[in-house]
Amino acid sequence: MARTVYQEVTPTPAIWMIAILMGAFVAAAGVSVLYIEHNGHIVTGMNNQIVWGLPHVFAIFLIVAASGALNVASIASVFGKIENKPMARYSGLLSIALLLGGLAVLVLDLGRPDRLIIAMTQYNFKSIFAWNMLLYNGFFVIVGTYIYVQMARGMSEKVIKIVGTAAFVWRLALTTGTGSIFGWLVARSGYDAAIMAPMFIVMSFSFGLAFFILVLGSTFPLTGRFLGDNLIKRLGRLLGVFAAAVLYFTAIRHLSNLYATEHHDFERFILMGDTIFTPLFWIGQVLIGGLIPVAMLLRKAEKTTKMQVMIASILIVIGGFAQLYGIVIGGQAFPLEIFPGYDVTSAFYDGTINSYTPTIYELALGLGGVALAVLVAGVGVVALRILPMTLCDEEIDPTAPDF
Amino acid sequence: MKLPALKTMAKVPDQINRRDFLKSGGAAVTLTLAPGITVMAFGGEASAAANPATRWGLLIDVNKCAKDCDACVTGCSVENGWKMGGNPETDAQWIRKVDLTNKQTGREVSMPMMCQHCEEPPCVDVCPTGASFKRADGIVLVDKHTCIGCRYCMMACPFKARSFIHEDLEDQKSYAPRGKGTVESCTLCVHRVDEGGIPACVEACDATGHGAMMFGDLKDPTSDIAIALASYASVGLRDDLRLNTGVRYSNL
Amino acid sequence: MITRLATILVLSGLLGAGLFGGAATAQEHSALLPVVPKATGEAHPEGNAFMRINHMKLLRHDRDDTMRNGNRDIDYSLKECVACHVQTGADALPIPINSEGQFCSACHEFAAVKIDCFQCHNTRPELNETQALLSRPLPDAAALSAYLDEVTE
Repeated sequence: MARTVYQEVTPTPAIWMIAILMGAFVAAAGVSVLYIEHNGHIVTGMNNQIVWGLPHVFAIFLIVAASGALNVASIASVFGKIENKPMARYSGLLSIALLLGGLAVLVLDLGRPDRLIIAMTQYNFKSIFAWNMLLYNGFFVIVGTYIYVQMARGMSEKVIKIVGTAAFVWRLALTTGTGSIFGWLVARSGYDAAIMAPMFIVMSFSFGLAFFILVLGSTFPLTGRFLGDNLIKRLGRLLGVFAAAVLYFTAIRHLSNLYATEHHDFERFILMGDTIFTPLFWIGQVLIGGLIPVAMLLRKAEKTTKMQVMIASILIVIGGFAQLYGIVIGGQAFPLEIFPGYDVTSAFYDGTINSYTPTIYELALGLGGVALAVLVAGVGVVALRILPMTLCDEEIDPTAPDF
Repeated sequence: MKLPALKTMAKVPDQINRRDFLKSGGAAVTLTLAPGITVMAFGGEASAAANPATRWGLLIDVNKCAKDCDACVTGCSVENGWKMGGNPETDAQWIRKVDLTNKQTGREVSMPMMCQHCEEPPCVDVCPTGASFKRADGIVLVDKHTCIGCRYCMMACPFKARSFIHEDLEDQKSYAPRGKGTVESCTLCVHRVDEGGIPACVEACDATGHGAMMFGDLKDPTSDIAIALASYASVGLRDDLRLNTGVRYSNL
Repeated sequence: MITRLATILVLSGLLGAGLFGGAATAQEHSALLPVVPKATGEAHPEGNAFMRINHMKLLRHDRDDTMRNGNRDIDYSLKECVACHVQTGADALPIPINSEGQFCSACHEFAAVKIDCFQCHNTRPELNETQALLSRPLPDAAALSAYLDEVTE
């Protein structure tokens, strides 16, 4: 195998255009935040029933994808797959960028974002939220170190492996924490399930890799560097396995609920209700985000093309948003079961299915988070030697099977 | 937290100030024997501060609660300065009336719902900064000085007891500060309880003559509420979660 | 930390200027320094210089004691600050204490220290406390007629 040469990306007009576009999205998010903070959350679609809205869907997607984007690097350093090594730096950078984007959205949606310092200095250690603050901050440090040891001259493979393993374990803990935010909510029928944590880990594998493939597939042509077909196809097959695993966990989650009578109402609401959540589940998550991309990615390898892998990745990202929207909003839209066996009415929406209509400000905030992630990753590859000059198949691993 | 500057303040006036005096044991009798010679006798109730030997709670008799009456809601709203304006989805509601119909038997009941002041409050467990907390006497509160407005407590509360303040507010009650971007809920009228009073909702309910709400110390076996609880069947909402709510309902 | 540093710098500047030191005369007041309205009640026994430096610590200490421990018998509460330091307008009603030139904002704006108190706390005493304010001397005839002119306009 030839020595991999990493080089900073020289911005082309196309790259500048994208940077300006992303900057515009970030600016729009900034204006939205000021507007929401000035007027209060009354200008959003969130209310006392749906307390977490579209910003949280974006934030959680980005945070979950962040830990998943580290997959490629982990596979290289921890599991010794040499053909992934040239992409490891980029994988680390992208995971930091995505986490930064996600956390920015989460933090800027707080009722009192000006009190962030309190969240960073006062911890209630029984709260999984407080633990997540530590896990998120630690992720930046560990993955930052991981990128550093990969880039430092003369660093031994052993050190890289140790730091890479630490980053891998940390990211598992991080996604466990993210899933447990919902899994440990005992009072709500839509949550309160231990399977949330492992399901979020598998979701992170899938969404993170899909995002990585999309960014890799679009960055390389932009920079005029070559990206091998086999490389993308191989990542695509792995993505297919991950997407199938997400389907499996989803099935188990709903089957468990269907077994217990107390959860039947919730399952009826999601699986065969007349709200947005039913088509979102069957068409958005299962069909577009699951069955179609899995079929595209796991059929006979010689028939798959690079373009198909890219399309499947887009479908998985769309399905991922649908899934998180169903989990975050759908779980709150279903009324709390305070009085089992009773029909309930009140002036405070007891016993009613809650509706939520996001406003443009929430959407702008969420998209701003995505744009921030892209922008940070872009600045990273321009400023640092992150991207290899070429990722053509012969360079990476001539011995790998040709599909 | 250290208060170094306080040390320079040590010039306390010669006479005992009111605070130290009360701290030493609450009610006291002062007897002046002769000029310059004062005898003080301490006794009665201990300090008014939250006492771990106490647990404040409510008992609501659902049979006595009238369906069309919302005196408790109005009483709370006036006392604590929250209003239901034109936005029912975002307006705060510290207390609400719920109407229930048993799906099997068709029995209809009506009752007030508010923060249940759990012994094991999920809102306190999930709060990342510790702003959501339980006082030594069992009252669950939000410290709005450290609430960051993440709303995780609202996700965790099984009773939908909490509201998020969605708009700027003015003219708050001095004893019930509340402001945009933080979460709030029933305080069990902690400002009244600390002064030896009863919550506004209970007072309002009594004034209607329904007498459906009873307030008192659950830990004091001689209190009316403890005697009533020991004599009649009552339930806490979502008892399956074993939160041991401080608000209990009879005849539900 | 930066806030604290700024406060110390500004306050030492103020003290250096002798504005509150008692030695200065009215003529020496620089137009740049804030004019802080006078309170109505008795002076703090600790002295104004002490309060100027420590009021936030005292308030924070006692607020936590009240909030967390239910101790209502405290020496320093924001409610009492407002009740004693609030000014009344020509209509004899209290002026929000954080509005321009009022007790809190006069100094805080000068020191560029943002306070977070009044997002939740009332900026005026409540009505029963307002009754006490009504016993204050009425505005003089000139101010009263000016106010009436303003109202009738």
